[in-house]
Amino acid sequence: MNREAFQCLDLRSAAAGVVSGDFTSRELVEAMLAGIIERDPAIRAFVHVDADDALRQADAADARRGPGGGRLNGVPVAVKDVLNVAGQPCGCASRILEGYRAPYDATAVARLRREGAVVVGRTNMDEFAMGSTTENSVHGPTLNPWNHGRVPGGSSGGSAAAVASREALAALGSDTGGSVRQPASFCGCVGLKPSYGRISRYGLTAYASSLDQIGPLTTNVRDAALLLNIMSGRDPLDSTSVPDPAPCADDGWAAAGLKGMKLGLPREYFGAGLDPEVAWAVRAAADACAALGAELVEVALPHTEYAIAAYYIIATAEASANLARFDGVRYGRRADGASDPYDLYTRTRAEGFGAEVKRRIILGTYVLSSGYYEAYYRSAQKVRTLIRRDFERAFGQCDAMLAPVAPTAAYRLGETTDDPLKMYLGDILTVTANLAGICGLSVPCGLTDDGLPVGLQVLGPFLGEERVLRVGAAYETARGPFPEPHGGAA
Amino acid sequence: MTEANESGAMDVAYVARLARLALTPEEAETFQRQLDHIVGYVRKIGELDVSGVEPTAHAAVLSNVFRPDEARHGIEHDVALGNAPRSADGQFLVPRIVE
Repeated sequence: MNREAFQCLDLRSAAAGVVSGDFTSRELVEAMLAGIIERDPAIRAFVHVDADDALRQADAADARRGPGGGRLNGVPVAVKDVLNVAGQPCGCASRILEGYRAPYDATAVARLRREGAVVVGRTNMDEFAMGSTTENSVHGPTLNPWNHGRVPGGSSGGSAAAVASREALAALGSDTGGSVRQPASFCGCVGLKPSYGRISRYGLTAYASSLDQIGPLTTNVRDAALLLNIMSGRDPLDSTSVPDPAPCADDGWAAAGLKGMKLGLPREYFGAGLDPEVAWAVRAAADACAALGAELVEVALPHTEYAIAAYYIIATAEASANLARFDGVRYGRRADGASDPYDLYTRTRAEGFGAEVKRRIILGTYVLSSGYYEAYYRSAQKVRTLIRRDFERAFGQCDAMLAPVAPTAAYRLGETTDDPLKMYLGDILTVTANLAGICGLSVPCGLTDDGLPVGLQVLGPFLGEERVLRVGAAYETARGPFPEPHGGAA
Repeated sequence: MTEANESGAMDVAYVARLARLALTPEEAETFQRQLDHIVGYVRKIGELDVSGVEPTAHAAVLSNVFRPDEARHGIEHDVALGNAPRSADGQFLVPRIVE
């Protein structure tokens, strides 16, 4: 098999090839590493690749080759720099975690390893997952494989760019306000944000604990379903993890079409501010779902316009508490020459955190502070209830919803760096799923005239992943193969 | 609207001290401008009448999750200290706290 053929495998074919002896895991991992060496200098999706370690894992997989080796035996995956993998750095793209080595595996990673997966490298992100462009990284930005003058989205931009450029067969990301779905949309790959609690958060560096979920980025919907199935389920180390079994990718999904399914189009998600080319691509995808037998109905999510305000209050409040642990005492970087603990904390954090993280910590501290708590944090939690109820009502009228992932295609590099509010407002179509705890999937559905990918977002109710994946798989099959990125300059 | 909500701009320097963040004068100025803009925007939730609405703290459906009260193996002492910027005698080293 030549290198390109390896890089275009789906996960099940990759695993089947190793089991049958068509190729070894070493050959597969070597091909992926060669792709990284060849293409990553242009897009900088990876922040850490230990080739020797990856090949050792591959050899171990080859040694246990056979039907009992696991569903991903010998199959390489990439991991966002926010997830702990024992022995590897876990820098969260931050200066403050310089030198940190993870002492244990995140549960999601451990479950992939239990099925034989090879962790091939760590991908770039916005620092501590705060951002929507992967420009807020101590390593510098990752570039969009479709156009090097554009951002890959964020915060899981490295994972999305690695999968889109076929440097990784699949990658893990995390989604607190859209950080898996939006980069998947910007880079033309599949991204799944599972329902809150589907996948254990143990070993995921916390940003906003009531919103965070780990999710897969893949080249196709069935691979996302496979990774979800492997990573999901109750974990005693995360008391919010749900025990319900997640669906397995079903060969019947695509063939069954969408007959009998009601798909809602939330009217607020197609309103002012939506780029006409994005609107057109998503409507065409909805029509394709109708042609597969689905009934399209309009639904209302009336509190959508308050979602960004509620999200940025709640997320930053939780972040300000979660990031208090980075104080220069137990891990990571410490400022030199501090005279007392207060000096140590304030200088370590000043040196260690980037601007966006500092902004969010300050905002979060403010909305929780005495005198402001009721007006901001408490009110935002109540608005969160209204947004959750909007979804409950709407899912009474439909099985799943179809919407854009983001109001536009990928931003230009630097377009939002001086105007953080502008970047925040671009998250309007994704933060709602996190606030409500429901699941969402991004599937590529078209290209703009400039050749930038557009994603279709399929939203499902809490623990409604099977519906979302079924709609995604049926649509994807009807759509046919999506074009490959051509790279290119700005 | 409460009194706090109407009381005007955030004092970035003060909040940064609460958050244990030292800011340069340039940072303080930039953040003040950007955060005034952001706080001005998020204040829009005050437009909604949320009296009588229960707050949502979590999307989790589970509550009172218990596990058996059994001693289990955690991270080894030396592993826990392995990432410390400074340690000695099996402990984290910090600047003097008590004179």
